Amino acid sequence: MTWLSDRAMERLRDAAAAPDLSATRYRLIERIGRGGMGAIYLAEDTTLGRRVALKVLEVADASGQMAARLEREARILARLEHPGIVPVHDAGTLPDGRVFYAMKYVEGQRLDDYARGPASTPERLRIFQRICDAVAFAHSRAVLHRDLKPDNVMVGPFGEVLVMDWGVAKVLGAAPGEGVAQHSPERAAHSPDALGAAEQAQTPTFDTRDGTVIGTPGYMPPEQARGETARIDKRSDVYSLGMVLRFLLGNAPAGPDAPAAGERLPAPLAAICSKATRPEPAERYGSVTELATDVARFLDGLALLAYPDTPLRRARRLFVRHQEVIWLVLAYLAARILLIFFLRH
Amino acid sequence: MKEKAQVETGGGRFPATRWSAIVAARSGDGAERERALEALVAAYWKPVYKYIRLRWGKSIEDAQDLTQEFFSRLLEKSLLQSYEPERGRLRTFLRACVDHLVANAKRDERRKKRGGGAPHEPLDFFSAERELSRLDLSQPPEMEEFFEREWARSIFSRGVERLRAELAEQGKAAYFRVFERYDLHDAEEEGPERRPSYRELGDELRLAPTQVTNYLAYARREFRRIVLELLLETSGSDEEFRREARALLGREPAAAGRIRE
Repeated sequence: MTWLSDRAMERLRDAAAAPDLSATRYRLIERIGRGGMGAIYLAEDTTLGRRVALKVLEVADASGQMAARLEREARILARLEHPGIVPVHDAGTLPDGRVFYAMKYVEGQRLDDYARGPASTPERLRIFQRICDAVAFAHSRAVLHRDLKPDNVMVGPFGEVLVMDWGVAKVLGAAPGEGVAQHSPERAAHSPDALGAAEQAQTPTFDTRDGTVIGTPGYMPPEQARGETARIDKRSDVYSLGMVLRFLLGNAPAGPDAPAAGERLPAPLAAICSKATRPEPAERYGSVTELATDVARFLDGLALLAYPDTPLRRARRLFVRHQEVIWLVLAYLAARILLIFFLRH
Repeated sequence: MKEKAQVETGGGRFPATRWSAIVAARSGDGAERERALEALVAAYWKPVYKYIRLRWGKSIEDAQDLTQEFFSRLLEKSLLQSYEPERGRLRTFLRACVDHLVANAKRDERRKKRGGGAPHEPLDFFSAERELSRLDLSQPPEMEEFFEREWARSIFSRGVERLRAELAEQGKAAYFRVFERYDLHDAEEEGPERRPSYRELGDELRLAPTQVTNYLAYARREFRRIVLELLLETSGSDEEFRREARALLGREPAAAGRIRE
């Protein structure tokens, strides 16, 4: 009988789980990741001669629900055409019966790896702004991500940011069980806040019922952790983004052990993190755009929504923003005083 | 005892016989019980033998005797009657039975039993010893993990052999050759050579790269089907079957079908 070494066993395991890409345009290269319901494979699109990532369903699915969810994720991604959201190229069923979709193969590093690097605070904040841009765009299309965390964000070699894994995204405004919000892209594109409209219509429609907990501990907001599905809205993503920001700046896992606001961060940044991650949604930023705006204002040395101005703070900000000019004026004045002093004596 | 069903084979489906050795071992039909014993022996004799050697430090001769006796007792003493799938895995149950047997057996009694009710198929203890010698045992293994790994090795080895035989029978020996070169290639055993690319393999076997990928996909699909069949035979319940498939192959079968009670 054939002797199988431990390494050969591992290869056989991978081989048996590998998707059947025969009679497709794709050629399998290797598995590059594994998630809750699927595995991600690197493959070559032989028609276009480019590398793609294939997400393939990998769990038992006698009812077809998981396949439907993967298809739904592909449809959501197809609708979210944004430079900060990984684009989907193709979707379908493989010869082995498994549902898959093909997306852009993102070369870069995960945000948690990026955060371990030498990037400065302003660079980190600019990366964070790009994440916010992508999520705000999704919100404008009535899509909540619901699982924002450093593992689900890729940072490319040129600082480009891609928000990944929309598998548990919540779509507002669609009929129960439907994949994507039933509103026209045109209307959404011209709507200042399609999500707000969907919420006003009170049609939260996702196939998770109240009591279902979806997300990642440490990054999911309290209402999500309690399974209060009906209370989840864009402020839930704001909370997760706040945790991501905390992680980016503190370079520590989010959660109770994360660096407490004010301990290691400049007070305005700590205030932004704190406001984004308040337990009560009503006390958080009302939207991702508001959060991103506060980060931008911090970078520009302006007053923040999360950190109300006082005369002293305003003076300090003005000093920090214009300190070169102030020092020059002070130096000039000092020189004048010294000159007058020497002339008189 | 036989029932047709749809069993997932890596996404595709095929009609399979949902025959379970556990169910058969409890039946009143002597032929069915014999068949059950053969299936259990095929799946477990090597893990049991190696386990006795390592866990109990028995000599080759004693381990051979105890292995033979274990499987003969398995049916004679109706040990499987007391196995409850919902309370644990068959493997855990069998390992506990082995421990009990070895701890309580007396050498003379064992020898008296030899031959009576022993497995019909001769067990190739020499190959089991050779496999033991190839394992890295510089650090004492955790025995539960060791038993699990050897069971998986036994299932995969049988799967590879059955795949080889079936493909040869279908006139598809080249399919197995591709599978063997690409998925069974072992850098540790065959030198620090990297796995060949599809193109290199095609050149070596005089096949187009698309043929290589198609042959490979077919062989993998068949291998998966065979392994699932082997698992189904020795699973005590549907749930156990799904769990085993997940543990062994990385994903669960899509539609396992019920094991007939």
